[in-house]
Amino acid sequence: MSAVMNKPVTEIAGAPLLEARSVELRYNSGTSSVLALDRVSLDVREKEFAVIVGPSGCGKSSLLYLAAGLLESTGGEIIVGGEEVDGPGRDRGMVFQAYTLFPWLTVAENIEFGLKRRRMPAAERREIVSYYLNEVGLAQFGNHYPKQLSGGMKQRVAIARALANDPKVLLMDEPFGALDSQTRATMQKLLLRVWDHSHKTVLFVTHDIDEAIILGDRVHVMTARPGRMKATVKIDIPRPRSLDMMLDPDFIAIKRQILGLLHDEIDEDH
Amino acid sequence: MRFDKTFAPADGGSGAASLPGAASVTPSRPKRRRGFVDRALTPRAPISARAALIAGLVVWAIVLGVWSLLTYGGVMPDIFLPSPSAVIERGISMVSDGTIWPNMWSSIEVILLGFIISSVVAVPLGLLMGTFRIVQAALEPLVNFIRYLPVTAFVPLFILWIGLGLSQRVAIIIFGTFFQQLVMIMDGVRAVPEDMLNASYTLGSSRRDVLTHVILPAAKPGIIDTLRITMGWAWTYLVVAELVAADSGLGYMSMQAMRGFQVDKIFLAIGIIGILGLITDSFFRLLRAKTAGWAA
Repeated sequence: MSAVMNKPVTEIAGAPLLEARSVELRYNSGTSSVLALDRVSLDVREKEFAVIVGPSGCGKSSLLYLAAGLLESTGGEIIVGGEEVDGPGRDRGMVFQAYTLFPWLTVAENIEFGLKRRRMPAAERREIVSYYLNEVGLAQFGNHYPKQLSGGMKQRVAIARALANDPKVLLMDEPFGALDSQTRATMQKLLLRVWDHSHKTVLFVTHDIDEAIILGDRVHVMTARPGRMKATVKIDIPRPRSLDMMLDPDFIAIKRQILGLLHDEIDEDH
Repeated sequence: MRFDKTFAPADGGSGAASLPGAASVTPSRPKRRRGFVDRALTPRAPISARAALIAGLVVWAIVLGVWSLLTYGGVMPDIFLPSPSAVIERGISMVSDGTIWPNMWSSIEVILLGFIISSVVAVPLGLLMGTFRIVQAALEPLVNFIRYLPVTAFVPLFILWIGLGLSQRVAIIIFGTFFQQLVMIMDGVRAVPEDMLNASYTLGSSRRDVLTHVILPAAKPGIIDTLRITMGWAWTYLVVAELVAADSGLGYMSMQAMRGFQVDKIFLAIGIIGILGLITDSFFRLLRAKTAGWAA
């Protein structure tokens, strides 16, 4: 059961935790200016796993950086937890596509980085670190340094590091984009499991349609240059999900629909 | 020469090589024994530690051998080139009559003072230049101009301003190292990946946290490398300063020795500078390994 809607879906429970309202991003360089995001609006409900999918260059990563407060928009606003985003903060955790672990810290020390910044007592930190090390299947690797880890393991630590800090919303910017397809599948499985435990509100950006559908409650489809919100697709595949569901007729129907939306886009381009 | 280790192809850089289990993967190809020459001529192919040691020793042996041949063989008159044993004898005599120590101490004092004063200012200032665009914009144009000015051109000026003495030599070392350190440290700080700062912000870091808990540790190995490299240059400026105007020091000792045609003494001074340089170099290498081993 899926439906294409050009307006935000209303039947999903929970209040909007993150709201983008007519967000515009324009890059000015000298005399020319490029419109990267054109009045993009979307909402992410509490405990929702929202995905943005779109062709490369559609500004989907920029939208995430704006939500994180790492970029400044040139129009519109982003509201998180009732407050307008004005700079980065620990209520919006982020997992980046590039490896951003601190190489001078061990895996455990990386995970407790945010906890230490807010002076959490050591005993409490230890408990949280060991929980998330277990969650991402790296219980044996707490004392390893990032350079001793594979790419997939590094991203697992990055996810653990962001979750351990207990943000209101977790922003994920193509976190598996640099991984080979097998590791990618492992990571998707892991993320599904971790999410089933935490039900953290997530805004996930990807260009991989399969990934978008298998992970998301709703998939927001964006158009390229300038980036606009094209449609929102509700994913009614039941949870807990597994990767074999990618072969289900429901899944394939949704995939066809999203592919159609993206292809319209490509056709319009030419 | 044959080395009995089989050639292992370099790991693809997956980073997983150090994990348990990864080592147990057996290659499907039969192992091929490669000769030493074959390996030595393959770009970037690893060689054994023994081969590396022997190669280094062989070159030293050649240098010492040629030196011995030229001197003991009577090819070069000892007024121009002293024999190894003459240099050693000179060293023993200067140690036993104590005349070496004031010169050595004088040089060490000057270089440590100059280098420490320079570093104490350059490290924090370089960090600020690499961190805050406004500090960079303010200082970089001036620093880039000054750092291309030859230090030697300032020697007469410093003598005029400061006079002859310890502080004049210290000033030359500071002038020679400070601006280089500044630029190198700034570049190192600027190379800290942007997303690493971003990640720390999203984990709740304040701007101060980013400086002290991300930029500083990330830049540390680069800073230590900068100190190690500029320390080498400082030794050069020291000798320049001592050759021109000094009443003690290893450079001064060389200058005096030249006037008396004591070539062995010049060689001794050069040798001591080389050894002291090696000691400071090793100190910084050790410091880097101890405090920033993660960046090996």
